[in-house]
Amino acid sequence: MQSTKRPWQAVFTPAIGKVIRKLASLRGGGTALPGKIIEQYDPSFLARSLAQLPYGVVLVSGTNGKTTTTRMVASVFEQCGLKVFTNPTGSNFTRGVVSALLGAVDMRGRLDADIAVLELDEAYAVHFVKQVHPRAALLLNVMRDQLDRFGEIDHTAQLLGKVAAATEGVVVLNREDPRIRALAHDVPAGTSVRYFGLAPALREQFPTDDAMQTTVSVQQESVQEVNAADAQTEHTHVIDKQTGNAQTEDAQTEDAQIPAADVLLTQVGTHQATYQFGDQQYATPMRLEGLYNLYNAAAALAVVHAVQPELSPETLIRAIAQVTPAFGRGETIDYHGTPIELVLVKNPMGFRLALASFDPSRTATMIAINDEYADGRDMSWLWDVDFTSLRKQGVAMVSGVRAWDMALRLQYDQVAVEHVDTELTAAVDQFCDSDSETPKRIYCTYTAMLAIRSHLAHKTHVDDVGLK
Amino acid sequence: MTSEQTFPIQSTPRVLDIVSLYPNDMNIYGDSGNVLTIMRRAQLYGYQPVLHAYNQGDPWPEQVDMIIGGGGQDKGQSAIQDDLYMRAPQLQALAQDGVPMLMICGLYQLFGDYFETATGERIQGIGILGVHTTGQDTRMIGNVVEHSDEFGDIVGYENHSGQTVLHAGVEPLGRVDHDGMGNNGQDHTEGARLHNVIGTYMHGSLLPKNPRIADFLIGQAARRRCGEFRPLSDANGKRELERLNTLAEQARHVAMKRPR
Repeated sequence: MQSTKRPWQAVFTPAIGKVIRKLASLRGGGTALPGKIIEQYDPSFLARSLAQLPYGVVLVSGTNGKTTTTRMVASVFEQCGLKVFTNPTGSNFTRGVVSALLGAVDMRGRLDADIAVLELDEAYAVHFVKQVHPRAALLLNVMRDQLDRFGEIDHTAQLLGKVAAATEGVVVLNREDPRIRALAHDVPAGTSVRYFGLAPALREQFPTDDAMQTTVSVQQESVQEVNAADAQTEHTHVIDKQTGNAQTEDAQTEDAQIPAADVLLTQVGTHQATYQFGDQQYATPMRLEGLYNLYNAAAALAVVHAVQPELSPETLIRAIAQVTPAFGRGETIDYHGTPIELVLVKNPMGFRLALASFDPSRTATMIAINDEYADGRDMSWLWDVDFTSLRKQGVAMVSGVRAWDMALRLQYDQVAVEHVDTELTAAVDQFCDSDSETPKRIYCTYTAMLAIRSHLAHKTHVDDVGLK
Repeated sequence: MTSEQTFPIQSTPRVLDIVSLYPNDMNIYGDSGNVLTIMRRAQLYGYQPVLHAYNQGDPWPEQVDMIIGGGGQDKGQSAIQDDLYMRAPQLQALAQDGVPMLMICGLYQLFGDYFETATGERIQGIGILGVHTTGQDTRMIGNVVEHSDEFGDIVGYENHSGQTVLHAGVEPLGRVDHDGMGNNGQDHTEGARLHNVIGTYMHGSLLPKNPRIADFLIGQAARRRCGEFRPLSDANGKRELERLNTLAEQARHVAMKRPR
């Protein structure tokens, strides 16, 4: 770990940082700039500030679900009476953490919190643990995401292995993801390993990255001309058969290697879930949207349980039931009485899980695909998502810079598209203002989501999530 | 004219056997999009495409009219290597016999003579395309537009650290406009052509946005199997193909203007 000795000029860090932060926010700029400046000026500021926390740092990383899970972990700790420092949504780079710290410390650099729950992008998590050793690390999954940034998923798993190796108290792993499960080997002596997971009956609803590749074998069926009326049931049957078989075989060969989990997700329903601690089942209503968030909740419960074993499962379950969706992760915006649901999609597995999580019936669907750096420039990923579940309802609007790529993708899956408009705000207006009785759902990439939120904020109430 | 003469397919079904090569391990950059494009377009042209997913250890399909392969991670590449060496004589014979093949990224490299890693380790290829590849520290990543006499402008996205060199007499798939992209970042070539085999770094996926290449592959497969390429699309099929081509044109237009 880097030395946390204060350099002489560090006495000015909070003041300088706060001024820059204020200036940056007046300019309407991003959150990273103050962090960038302070990283140069006072490199040990991050480690020094976080070293004050009595319960240390809980680091959350992985490809999908970081933001929602971090929010859940922070919220459960808060409801259990801890003062939590966390980085705001989307600033999951080290600089974002530094910027957030500058806002949270007082003029003498004191951080008034008991514990930090930090979401870090896989590559930045490695950078971060060189400066701060987390007390706990929660590693969610490794999936194909922005391969143009990290190269390959095995490499991404290696990055998370470095995080596991630098963690001092407990590493909590997803036992269902073979690449994450294997990270137990990287955990140093003296640090314990815990797992969260799925009851075997639920596994086929949450395919792993490797299982995703079975799509090629079902394409034979999916290219056949379909009758729109029975398209959905017919195709779903094929997919279930295929992935179901693959999963069962996997489950048999892998069962021997799968370790016992502290927290299991055992049943799912609309706004309800059952979690198992030890051999005790706890059914609870949930406010979170989407199937995969119920699984992320198991991850959050497992890490809180590992860090604070004295809290009872009942207490944790009561707290998790209160957590609301993070922005853009199944967040619902009320638009003149019509619910508009925003679903962030950023990689093939996330998109697949989202399509499997949300019922397309009685809902108008829009998809917005941008290709800025934060979204990923490569459009290949759209071809790894199976869109046939949208055949029956069709897609009302396709937008974003790469709207035509998306429309082409849907056409090859024989999903009817009503409108294509690369101008995002015009597309959102047309989509939201038509057919006002019907609930709306927008699947969008990261920058498309930011643009849609900010546009809708001019027309209706949208929660401020501190992104400015 | 009898109906038999108008529709000879009724007596001889127009089957095309399409092999997806190692889809479990070599399918990293949306390569299944290429398979989907071939299957759908062949069907719209009135053929009956049959897909064979061939993974290591599987029996080799009796009839092969086209082979499509993709990119993999290092681990995936080493998983399929032994099987690929075992199948090399068959693949070489099929290539020389004119079977259309599309090999993207990792399998493009393995269809060459060899791949030398950055640490000097040499991985043997199967020598179908006269190229070799050297591993480099820097990756070539980004949107690419390349030019080909046969297929016009080809749009796609490259992401590779290997630098590939074409041997004398081997034609590239296309030519790029700038240094730092394509096969090796220097000679402005991208991909390779031999017989009806196409090797390339272009994904995105390649075929949906470059339907001329898809139709070339289908056409060659049909000529070899049935003696000619004769699309028999019904009115629906024609409409659908037109729609796909129009959308591809729009998507290409946008892709060409995007930053690298």
